[in-house]
Amino acid sequence: MSQLLDIKNLKVNVGDKEILHGINLEIRKGETHVFMGPNGAGKSTLGHALMGNPNYEITGGSIEYNGEDILEDNATDRAKKGIYLSFQNPIEVPGITLANFIRNSIDQKTGQRTRIWEFRKRLEETMKILNMDPEYADRDLNVGFSGGEKKKSEILQLLMLNPTLAILDETDSGLDVDAVRTVSAGVKEFQKNEECSMIIITHSTRILEALHVDYTHVLVDGCIVETGDRSLVDKINKNGFEKYMKG
Amino acid sequence: MKEKTRVEDVDRNMYDFRYDEEGYYKVDKGLTPAIIEQISKEKNDPEWMLQLRLESLKIYNEMPIPDWGPPLDGLDMDNIVTYVKPNTPMTAKWSEVPDEIKETFEKLGIPQAERESLAGVGAQYDSEIVYHNIREEVAAMGVIYTDLESALWGEYADMIRKHFMKLIPATDHKFMALHGAVWSGGSFVYVPPGVKVEIPLQSYFRLNAPGAGQFEHTLIIVDEGADLHFIEGCSAPKYNIANLHAGCVELYVAKNARLRYSTIENWSKNMYNLNTKRALVEEGARMEWVSGSFGSHTGYLYPMTILKGDYSKCEFTGITFAGKGQNLDTGLKIVHTGKNTTSAVNTKSISKDGGLNTMRSSVLVNASAENAKSTVDCASLMLDDFSCSDTIPVMDIRTQSADIGHEAKIGRISDEAIFYLMSRGIPEEDARAMIVSGFADNVSKELPLEYAIEMNNLIRLEMVGSIG
Repeated sequence: MSQLLDIKNLKVNVGDKEILHGINLEIRKGETHVFMGPNGAGKSTLGHALMGNPNYEITGGSIEYNGEDILEDNATDRAKKGIYLSFQNPIEVPGITLANFIRNSIDQKTGQRTRIWEFRKRLEETMKILNMDPEYADRDLNVGFSGGEKKKSEILQLLMLNPTLAILDETDSGLDVDAVRTVSAGVKEFQKNEECSMIIITHSTRILEALHVDYTHVLVDGCIVETGDRSLVDKINKNGFEKYMKG
Repeated sequence: MKEKTRVEDVDRNMYDFRYDEEGYYKVDKGLTPAIIEQISKEKNDPEWMLQLRLESLKIYNEMPIPDWGPPLDGLDMDNIVTYVKPNTPMTAKWSEVPDEIKETFEKLGIPQAERESLAGVGAQYDSEIVYHNIREEVAAMGVIYTDLESALWGEYADMIRKHFMKLIPATDHKFMALHGAVWSGGSFVYVPPGVKVEIPLQSYFRLNAPGAGQFEHTLIIVDEGADLHFIEGCSAPKYNIANLHAGCVELYVAKNARLRYSTIENWSKNMYNLNTKRALVEEGARMEWVSGSFGSHTGYLYPMTILKGDYSKCEFTGITFAGKGQNLDTGLKIVHTGKNTTSAVNTKSISKDGGLNTMRSSVLVNASAENAKSTVDCASLMLDDFSCSDTIPVMDIRTQSADIGHEAKIGRISDEAIFYLMSRGIPEEDARAMIVSGFADNVSKELPLEYAIEMNNLIRLEMVGSIG
């Protein structure tokens, strides 16, 4: 499979503090990479820097997407190029319904108006996969949604927008067992498309149980300290991050 | 009721003659009884109206300019007569209308004929016809909807005399006194007992009349158990080369009646908007205000509601958007007098590009207003670091049994929220507009659909600089 993302020696600051100290990462089309690590290791920073959050300043290195340098692109451009970030804390936006927002985003990406009936049908089917009450489609974006509903809303948007690279930032955190299973089913649906790649950022492993994983990276203190296959997930599950921590 | 507001018919010879003889700047510095008498004569006032004008003039000349609000330095008070001269807008040419306004018309998709009319420089085009049709429709229900001048000589002359500037007397403030002296144009609406008017009436059609938009007087009487929604203005910018607007709105809501009064004000940004509005609400009646302020250079606007009757109610929903160079002082005043009266206030203010927003709310609960309930909720959104937003709540509660709540929030547009929307492919400016529209959502929801759309367009226009 051909290469999708190529990160070289990426350094990222938040304010004056360097959080990522030179990350190297290659992702090919269809691959799923898991990032694990203790709190504060810089996992979310990596996700936000890839998406183009202006609060995360890139001080060195390069990011190429489909062979193109995307460092100058803002989040809108990167989204249009196929990158998607599922937020750990999705924002509430009153005044626009979830359905209208998704339709608007699809229109922005494709540059044409989506047909309403096809859209509604696809939306309803996708909501079914995620066990979402269809009534949520016509509620304001994330407003008054519970933690679990917000995460489902993120995965719903993922499936509707169908990006080429999905970054899931702690999508499983704060969810009960049933919700994790539902969200995981949604992610699995996304994985069905063999062209689509994923970065799953997590510090638990429940969401990974039913998913295909190609690589696992352990991120500690802003550096990738170990890379392995799926078995690394189970190892960390057993032993934790202790052996990576500086004594 | 054949007489129409035809200010353009006024003969300017008198003024021209005076300038010729005495010189423009030397003589016409202030308003004189002679000028008022002439206006009154041209307008074919009844005698009592002439007297009201002259008394108002006296008050005007004695009263000081308000000094507690935004500066009024840009008003040429020494030369007040230049604001009063009839025909001023008619002397303007389309080519003199600022480009900014022309562009806005274009972006809002307003046809050329209507643009010229809105700008106060064109003929009345077909608005008279539309207006006429609406009038016939509601007339069939017994509703009177007409211009005030002709109503002064009609069947309802006594009713007007009984109510005109009784709720807001000329002594209220200097610009009300000015209004009393020189008012011109406006609407009179009377809804008979029990009549429910299904379609909203819109003053838009009347205000299109050249020169009728500056000192217009609106008098609405909704009789017992009747129901009316009145919409003032429209969201397209109204341009007037004379930059003072001192209108007056008097609303009488009788027992068990309901009146909803909606405004989207978008005067051009040279305007000093000193409009005064007041409602008197009787037993079991309900007054609803929906107010959107977008235009003007400087605004003083505080609609007042007097909850006189027991169990009367007031609901106020407002939004003010202050952009570059705008100093908008808005708010409301509610007086609870009757027992078990209720008021609910929900306001939003947005400031951007150095715009100044001041939100004043004043709730007075008199000793007689047992078990009164009032909730005031004010939220402000600042879109950058150099805009300004102030909230000044005043509460004067004179009974133990009142239930009063006040909440004020001031916030900034969050970078995280913008990033969130952008990460879905929404362009940054659209993302900002989306968040601001969302903030204004409670007002949009209260407006009729076409106005809600126009208001959202207006927000987009203010935010993005162009409609996508």
